Amino acid sequence: MPAFDYNFQKLEPIKSFKAVPEAEQYLPGHRTCAGCGPALNYRLVAKAAGKDTIFIGPTGCMYVANASYLCTPYAVSWIHAQITNAGAVASGIEAAFKIAARKGRHTGPFPNIIVMAGDGGSVDIGLQAMSGMMYRNHKVLFICYDNESYANTGIQTSPTTPYGAATTFTPPGKEIPEGKTLFPKNVPQLVIGGHPAVKYVATTTIAHPLDLMNKVRKALSKPGPTFLHILCPCPKGWLFDEKLTPDMAKLAVETGMWSNYEWEDGVYKYTNVPKKYLPVGDYMKPQGRFAHLKPEHIAKMQAFVDEKIKQVQRPIPVAAAVPVKKLA
Amino acid sequence: MSKEDNMAKALPGYGTIDVPKDRVVPFGAVTPAPVGTQKLFQTSNWRVVRPVKDEEKCTRCLQCYLACPDACWVYKEEDDTLEWVGDFCKGCQVCIAQCTVDGALVAAPELDFEGGVVRLEKPF
Repeated sequence: MPAFDYNFQKLEPIKSFKAVPEAEQYLPGHRTCAGCGPALNYRLVAKAAGKDTIFIGPTGCMYVANASYLCTPYAVSWIHAQITNAGAVASGIEAAFKIAARKGRHTGPFPNIIVMAGDGGSVDIGLQAMSGMMYRNHKVLFICYDNESYANTGIQTSPTTPYGAATTFTPPGKEIPEGKTLFPKNVPQLVIGGHPAVKYVATTTIAHPLDLMNKVRKALSKPGPTFLHILCPCPKGWLFDEKLTPDMAKLAVETGMWSNYEWEDGVYKYTNVPKKYLPVGDYMKPQGRFAHLKPEHIAKMQAFVDEKIKQVQRPIPVAAAVPVKKLA
Repeated sequence: MSKEDNMAKALPGYGTIDVPKDRVVPFGAVTPAPVGTQKLFQTSNWRVVRPVKDEEKCTRCLQCYLACPDACWVYKEEDDTLEWVGDFCKGCQVCIAQCTVDGALVAAPELDFEGGVVRLEKPF
């Protein structure tokens, strides 16, 4: 039986700032904080995806702060999922559209199905549904917008909160002077290493808008599950001046706390690699959540980041559990 | 009248709150998508400063346009105009921090303007 043509959308890469589509799909008029990083990320993702898109919004800042009092800012279809089951809801929507297309009830291009989950909704509480979706080979783009905490409930620690951050669950004190003692999960490696069906995984930040939009478009043009990990600084949770939101993301890349890369067919490609990394202290200094740290804690963080930087210069050669090309 | 509406009628306290017709929540809370902007949620009264652009110095690098979380900078490619729309600006000054030209974008106190927004007349 020949493969059915679902008429997947082909989105061209954006070459320059002037070529960015003018139409907004994530409209102004929402309750996010001033200088919100995740809101900027949502706007850029929606802009890149275009009007033929369905968003799945599991509980998190981008659900609570946007969809309140019956005034949502989404110009495209949007559905709320519980924080645990965003991947399952997305799988159902994708499967329904595929069946409708096969039976001739849905004509026209296949919609872009995007899950916009926070770090809790993707790699903590929502991990099993996300993993199940990746395993079953659904054509869904799963985005983890990472503000490194459970921000909408009052900045509780999450598995992506960095070492040494003060949150309401990890307050620094006499017994534990550094606040959070654990090191965060490596989110993209978790997805790459455990899911042979996944087609494309990339990391980016809101400070690189063209890079972000092009990675969204590239991910949406793949025929199977894809994953994006996007760093979205949170002025209220990280306790820095709200006008510095993009600068914080830039500093994260410049100090090595974050690296922008994409993974495709087992090959890594790093972008925005600085010639010389700044010390992590430069990144931690403007943020109130690291204000309590002593030099020995910053040295521990620097050692962790140095290990990470070594991987950038020498990426892990074999990535997926099963060679990906043979499955396609 | 659907089955769910009839079930709701049997609940104690049904009909005691006077909700305007256009604000009644349908079952499942399906709401129409806004067009252009979400007018029901104006956030202009949050700000204390607003960005003011020097048209002569602006080079159209569009850093502000792609750094605003609230889409307050509107760029039209055909006539090369970049305008600030203040209805939703929260005054976060991200655009000013991202501006690449010195002095092209500055923060001005909101009360210096004739129509400066301090508080909306009625809460939303």
